[in-house]
Amino acid sequence: MEDDAPVIYGLEFQARALTAQTAETDAIRFLVGTQSLKFDNQIHIIDFDDENNIINKNVLLHRAGEIWHIGASPADKAVLTTCYNKSESRCFLLSRLRSLPLRSSDSRVVSCAAVWRMPSDWETGSNESPDDSAHNPQTLELLCHLDDGAHSNAACVLWEPMGDGKRVISLADNHALLWDLQESSTQATVSSSATLEGKGQLKFTSGKWSPHHNCSQLATANDTAIRGWDLRSMSQIYCIENAHGQLVRDLDFNPNRQYYLASCGDDCKVKFWDVRNVQEPVKTLEEHSHWVWSVRYNHSHDQLVLTASSDSRLILSNMVSISSEPFGHLVDDEELSEGEENHHEDKGKEPLQDSVVSTFEEHEDSVYAAEWSSADPWLFASLSYDGRLVINRVPRALKYRILL
Amino acid sequence: MESSRKRRVHGMLKLYYGMNEEGKAAEQAKSLDPCDINGPHFDHEVFLNKLRRECSLAELMDQETCMVKQIRSLDSDMQTLVYENYNKFISATDTIRKMKNDFKKMEDEMDGLSANMAAITDFSASISGTLQDQHAQITKLSGVHTLLRKLQFLFELPARLNKCLELQAFAQAVRSHRRARCVLQQYSHLPSFKGIQDDCHAIMDKLAQELRQKFRDGGSSAKDLSECVELLLQLDEPAEELCDKFLSHARSRLELELQALEAEITPCPSASAVKDPPARRLPSAAAAGSPTDNLPKTGATPSPTSNTDILEFIDRGCNEFVSSLCLVITSYQELFITHAQTGELASKNIPQMASAKLNAFVDDLAARYFSLVERRIQEEKGVGDNSLLVRALDRFHRRLQAVTKLLPGSAVAHRGTEIVMRAATERVKQYLSALQSFYMDSLTDVRQALATPRLAGASGPGGGAHFGGAAASGRDAPTSLPELLSSLSASILNQIKSVLASVHLFTAKDITFSNKPYFKGEFCSQGVRESLVVNFIKFVCQSSRQFCDNAGDKGGSTPPALLLLLSRLCLDYETSTITYILTLTDEQFLVQHHSPVTPVTTLCAEAREAAQKLLNHYVKVQGLIISQMLRKSVETRDWVNTIEPRNVRAVMKRVVEDTTSIDVQVGLLYEEGVRKAHSSDSSKRTFSVYSSSRQQARYAASYTPSAPMDTNLLSNIHKLFSERIDIFSSVEFNKVSVITGIIKISLKTFLECVRLRTFGRFGLQQIQVDCHYLQMYLWRFVSDENLVHFLLDEIVGSSAHRCLDPAPMEQSVIEVICERG
Repeated sequence: MEDDAPVIYGLEFQARALTAQTAETDAIRFLVGTQSLKFDNQIHIIDFDDENNIINKNVLLHRAGEIWHIGASPADKAVLTTCYNKSESRCFLLSRLRSLPLRSSDSRVVSCAAVWRMPSDWETGSNESPDDSAHNPQTLELLCHLDDGAHSNAACVLWEPMGDGKRVISLADNHALLWDLQESSTQATVSSSATLEGKGQLKFTSGKWSPHHNCSQLATANDTAIRGWDLRSMSQIYCIENAHGQLVRDLDFNPNRQYYLASCGDDCKVKFWDVRNVQEPVKTLEEHSHWVWSVRYNHSHDQLVLTASSDSRLILSNMVSISSEPFGHLVDDEELSEGEENHHEDKGKEPLQDSVVSTFEEHEDSVYAAEWSSADPWLFASLSYDGRLVINRVPRALKYRILL
Repeated sequence: MESSRKRRVHGMLKLYYGMNEEGKAAEQAKSLDPCDINGPHFDHEVFLNKLRRECSLAELMDQETCMVKQIRSLDSDMQTLVYENYNKFISATDTIRKMKNDFKKMEDEMDGLSANMAAITDFSASISGTLQDQHAQITKLSGVHTLLRKLQFLFELPARLNKCLELQAFAQAVRSHRRARCVLQQYSHLPSFKGIQDDCHAIMDKLAQELRQKFRDGGSSAKDLSECVELLLQLDEPAEELCDKFLSHARSRLELELQALEAEITPCPSASAVKDPPARRLPSAAAAGSPTDNLPKTGATPSPTSNTDILEFIDRGCNEFVSSLCLVITSYQELFITHAQTGELASKNIPQMASAKLNAFVDDLAARYFSLVERRIQEEKGVGDNSLLVRALDRFHRRLQAVTKLLPGSAVAHRGTEIVMRAATERVKQYLSALQSFYMDSLTDVRQALATPRLAGASGPGGGAHFGGAAASGRDAPTSLPELLSSLSASILNQIKSVLASVHLFTAKDITFSNKPYFKGEFCSQGVRESLVVNFIKFVCQSSRQFCDNAGDKGGSTPPALLLLLSRLCLDYETSTITYILTLTDEQFLVQHHSPVTPVTTLCAEAREAAQKLLNHYVKVQGLIISQMLRKSVETRDWVNTIEPRNVRAVMKRVVEDTTSIDVQVGLLYEEGVRKAHSSDSSKRTFSVYSSSRQQARYAASYTPSAPMDTNLLSNIHKLFSERIDIFSSVEFNKVSVITGIIKISLKTFLECVRLRTFGRFGLQQIQVDCHYLQMYLWRFVSDENLVHFLLDEIVGSSAHRCLDPAPMEQSVIEVICERG
């Protein structure tokens, strides 16, 4: 049985931001944010029809600026957050008009974060005439800015996992801000914040809100260190110094094992940590030949780990030894009682080893983001800088092996 | 004729007298014929009738004349016979007569003789009758005499014994007592004998007491002692007890020696206090002992120098303990085993018992001695002079042969060999660790040597200063990489050789234990080859790999030059050194591959793997250093508000300088490697390619809203035709490949950093200038210059994308700026 060919979708613009629509559990849907300095940026809503292998796209305008990070609300399908760069060249122009010196320091690029709502009828509009939508796309409705005036340069915004869509954390420079969204997310107030202190200009590069411990923990990355925070006290609970040889690019929590954490970085490695013992990683993968930008656990089968790298490759690994379902645990008692034959077959199978399942080479440029679908656990999307979105599946052989 | 006739005559006479009986049957047929004139039944009537009837007259006449003739001859014959026989008869008659006279005379003489004999018989009977009484008396008297003498001996025995006792003539006393013992035993029911016996017993007890005392005192010489034991044995002293006593006595002496030995092992101050009493006791023991013993030496050397070397120690052990032990064994065997076998004691199973005791005794003491020796050997940590140890072990082993010869069943020799084996194995281990530490030390030296010129030439631009510095400092600083490499590998090789030479002593021909199967086989193959040489090579590879692993994260702890050096070292090992070392080992030790040994190929593969890993790591570290520079330069600048480019940024110059110095550094150790062929006007082509890419960049920068896809399309088409670039990939063992790897890493970092920034117009222009500058200098280092072009194009293209106001600089201006430097 051959695996289905990957489905490729090309965006007009360069893009880095990709997320699955977390609240959507029926349709396979991904959101992609573009990066363009000259044109209005867009959010592409990519619907994938699994049966027909067809992609449907809808475009929403994101006029505020180029999108560096995108996050979908876990509760409301229509709500999402973006981190975007706003270039304040207008000020620059104004200053020129005022015939101020050319080397004005007014011109700058600011990173902001905001909560948006998709217009309610985006779906219907697109279905009628897809061509129109390209020419006359609808615009995102701004709900609120995640801006308290004191902190800027948001690196990413994290929704509370499996929450009610009321709490988000934004990482801005060396601050982690916990926001409460009120009145249908139209108003955001900072409920608490944590600040990373130390020598030099510290800056959070990435973070992840842990789904465990009643969502009271956060992990952040800055430079080569990974830190854990308790959100109730906003204090640091652990710190993995020199987690990677160079910059840590991304983190992900094992969805089923509360102390397990995956990280990746510029040393081309993917490391798996047990945060109770931060001296040594539990496991290290060195499959990529350049920086690893993204690491994602499969939501249901945490042995499946997806990594995206600027060597233009996407690698799917099967980390059986540190997964929550070691080989054989899936066999229920009922199945056991079915008969001897099954039992023998099970025994005949060799236990799966930690291994690279497959390397996907459909991308031509650096892959900065990869995401599992929230609806289909066997499907994932990856996005490379040249705007190519590729939707792939877990190879069937492995899928059946995990399921049966 | 005469004789035949005579016989015929005899025959006829015989017939006549009827003497021929045997011929009867044959003659009967003939004789029945009445016509046979010679037959007995001849009938002259029949014969005549027959003649007359049958014969003619003439015939009758002839018959008649023949007959007459025969009759006449017969007559004369008869006359002759009669005459002859008559004479004989006459002489016979004469003889008989004479005999008759002689016999008569002889009968008379015989009568006289018998009369005389009767007289003699009478006389002798009368004499013996008279002498009978006296003879009996004399016999009785002589019996009494001997008995009396015996009795006298018995009665005198106590006194004599006493005297012997006084005179210390124990042997005589025992001999006397032995003679009397049976008698006394037999007649002990008689009160007088009983008394004597009791007396004797008392005296002998005393004597035995005294002997035992003497025995116990131990002061006596071996000869005395053996005499003592012999006497005691003869006194029916229980042999077992004697054995025990003898052995315990010997033990006490040997233990003193062991203590002296032990005192030498533990030279700590507390031990010296303990050591004193035995040392004080020793002289007395030695003085009491016979001078033939080797004891005096013990007394003479109470080890003033606490730390004697091992040879001296073993020597002392051999001379004192082992030789004493041998002596004890000899005398013991003589006393209890050889001696007992001949005597009546053999029946009591004494030899078996005695030899069992002896074995236990020897084993016990030897075990203690061995433990001492082992402790002492373990103290030999230093690997300085192996010959000393080998000689000591040899002596140790050789001296044990004597014990074995004396005591063939003993396990002493076997255990001794085991100790030697353990010592040898231990020694090999020590050599391995010494080699390892030597290797680590030389690495430290290399590290220091590498660090020194860097400090000196820190101010100058990298490679030039490094090189120039080395040249300027001249001979006293031989720190250039090839020299370091050759000195390092030479010193390691020398060290290995010297270690092999040292270890080789164990198998030298004149060493007694070298012909043991262990030393011939296992020691060579497992001990030397595997655990020494192979392990060392493995260690080298492993420690090299560790440089990659633990230093991998920060890359700072190990100087890159060291990585490069080690990589080359490992590669050299792979190509030649390992084979050389192993061949050398195999030749020197005549390794016979009984057991499976690590093949050369495995080691070579390991070395190659290590070399590869080190070189990869070197590329990574160097790439990282340059990457960090580039990244900092991109991240820290405000690219939106930068000024119009006037110069190439300093960091780019630094990148080129560093690359050049790395190139020089790698070039010192690795070959040039294969480069894709350049055309003769390589630099020009470079420019043309670059300018085309620049045009692309310009195009990309000025794309119109109507065709936003085009840039991507162009770049994608470009990528379709170029191979995918693996950034942190394995490099080959040559300079070009290494430098290409480093440049790849650096430029890719540059690209990724650029993509994360936003540029103003001048920012883009600055990047253009920088890239052009890199282009001008970097192409010559790499194997495929298109690679550099491609990456630089990507950088310029990406920065154009990230530019708010993409207005590229004129190519001519860029060139001017770059040429100005």
